[in-house]
Amino acid sequence: MSLIVSSIGQGLLWAVLGVGLFLTFRILDFADMTVEGTFPLGAATAVMAISHGMNPLLATLLAFAVGALAGLITGLLYTKGHIPILLAGILVMTACYSVNLRIMGRANVSLLGKNTLFKNHFLASLPQYFDSVVLGTIVMVIITTIVIYFLQTELGQGFIATGDNQTMARSLGINTDNMKIMGLMVSNGLIAFGGALVAQNNGFADVNMGIGIIVIALASIIIGEVAFGDLTLNQRLVAVTLGSILYRFVLLIVLKLGFQANDLNLISAIILAVCMMLPVFKNVLNFKHLLKRGLDTND
Amino acid sequence: MTKPLLELKDVVLKVNRHTPEEITILNHLNLTVNEGDFITLLGSNGAGKSTLFNAIGGDLTIDSGQILLKGKDISHESVEKRTRFLARVFQDPKLGTAPRMNVAENLLLAERRGQRRRLVPRRLNKQLDRYQKITATMHNGLDQRLTTATGNLSGGQRQALSFLMATLKRPEILLLDEHTAALDPQTSQDLMHLTNQRVQEERLTCLMITHHLEDALTYGNRLIVLHHGQVTFDVSGAEKAALTTEKLYSFFADIE
Repeated sequence: MSLIVSSIGQGLLWAVLGVGLFLTFRILDFADMTVEGTFPLGAATAVMAISHGMNPLLATLLAFAVGALAGLITGLLYTKGHIPILLAGILVMTACYSVNLRIMGRANVSLLGKNTLFKNHFLASLPQYFDSVVLGTIVMVIITTIVIYFLQTELGQGFIATGDNQTMARSLGINTDNMKIMGLMVSNGLIAFGGALVAQNNGFADVNMGIGIIVIALASIIIGEVAFGDLTLNQRLVAVTLGSILYRFVLLIVLKLGFQANDLNLISAIILAVCMMLPVFKNVLNFKHLLKRGLDTND
Repeated sequence: MTKPLLELKDVVLKVNRHTPEEITILNHLNLTVNEGDFITLLGSNGAGKSTLFNAIGGDLTIDSGQILLKGKDISHESVEKRTRFLARVFQDPKLGTAPRMNVAENLLLAERRGQRRRLVPRRLNKQLDRYQKITATMHNGLDQRLTTATGNLSGGQRQALSFLMATLKRPEILLLDEHTAALDPQTSQDLMHLTNQRVQEERLTCLMITHHLEDALTYGNRLIVLHHGQVTFDVSGAEKAALTTEKLYSFFADIE
């Protein structure tokens, strides 16, 4: 039972990453590698700020700001420097590694004995693992609400249009460069925010904690989409959180099957690859069914 | 009616600058577009028609010369800024609409062409009735599909939508780049009729690239032929009305 609660809690905390990556991967329609650097960047920022006596909430928000700054650099390299987005992300990701070591001074910093978001009176009074469920739920409700509201604004619609059809967006006077920069900033801000939450939950920040982050974030997006099928944009954002929780359940099962924690990156990659290939399998397996449906529709 | 709205003065535009493949696409081109002009633009491939549109729209920067809007130099204004007065419809139906957004959302985006996108709710529902009426004027079922993603529309519906979007907020200049070329003959003709009707009703100033000599003769008050980056033929009014396809063919044979 406690393992299930723990998985739900972890899924909720890590769902921040899924929503962050959704903005670039699904809306702007490109893969941003920066997140592998901004996740530990957020963790390092928050852990060091807390170690120096900063309020944990402020430290977590500071992590968002620092992550957004990294996103800004990727955005400028991409839009103004005309560096392909994949390479721009890898450059900033690589640079972040050194920056993270500078921030922390060493590869691993513990929060032992320090105040964290999880140590406030209310959360600390809950049974084990329920603290991350409660905090994760609060965080995800707030973030998902803000993102959904934003996407329905005039600016948000321009943001969606930029990812959907750049030529059209420009011909309607939307500054697509600014939209991409804004998307990268918010996305990386959220990823760093997630890094700060996870670090406080784990009780430490590690310079290598960013490895494979993009796969985990993608997994929550893809699993949410595969599990719930055709959804509106708003529903898809909620599905990311549910996908993140489902992903944790899958990992739980995999561990129960006897795999080690060290195998998780391999397992994660396989899960993601299989989920992304599902449409291909479906086409092969249901070819006849699909053909029939194609004849049924008149347009 | 005869006030100059858009003036291109001695415009030169080259591609592959400073390389051995440097080509001059617009070669000291001069053109004055008057308010209310509906110009059909002819020319062989490579004559510079699309480049002319890209120069007016700001996608390409001109090497020398001037582009004036109502006497004001806009040669160095960005694409985004120029959309305040300029609307375009592209040849490819895929380019004019956002495929994952629905018809109403696309119209809403177009209605704020060239204006600042604010952080306030979009208020789409308030517009639905109005959009229903506007799309009904297209007579192609678009009004029944307001909540359909435009990626699922037919090419004809998408192009009709692109045209609607371009004219929803009245542009001072409308650029149509072979906007019916990718459609089947009947759909193409329908859209041409609608285009003409709307341009007349709204008294729009419009430049239309076409390869259809009949369309070029039937529509508009002025006909221009572009050749090697220059305006080589420019007729309007009665002179244009007297023009026939035979005369145009013989003109094209002469300049080649």
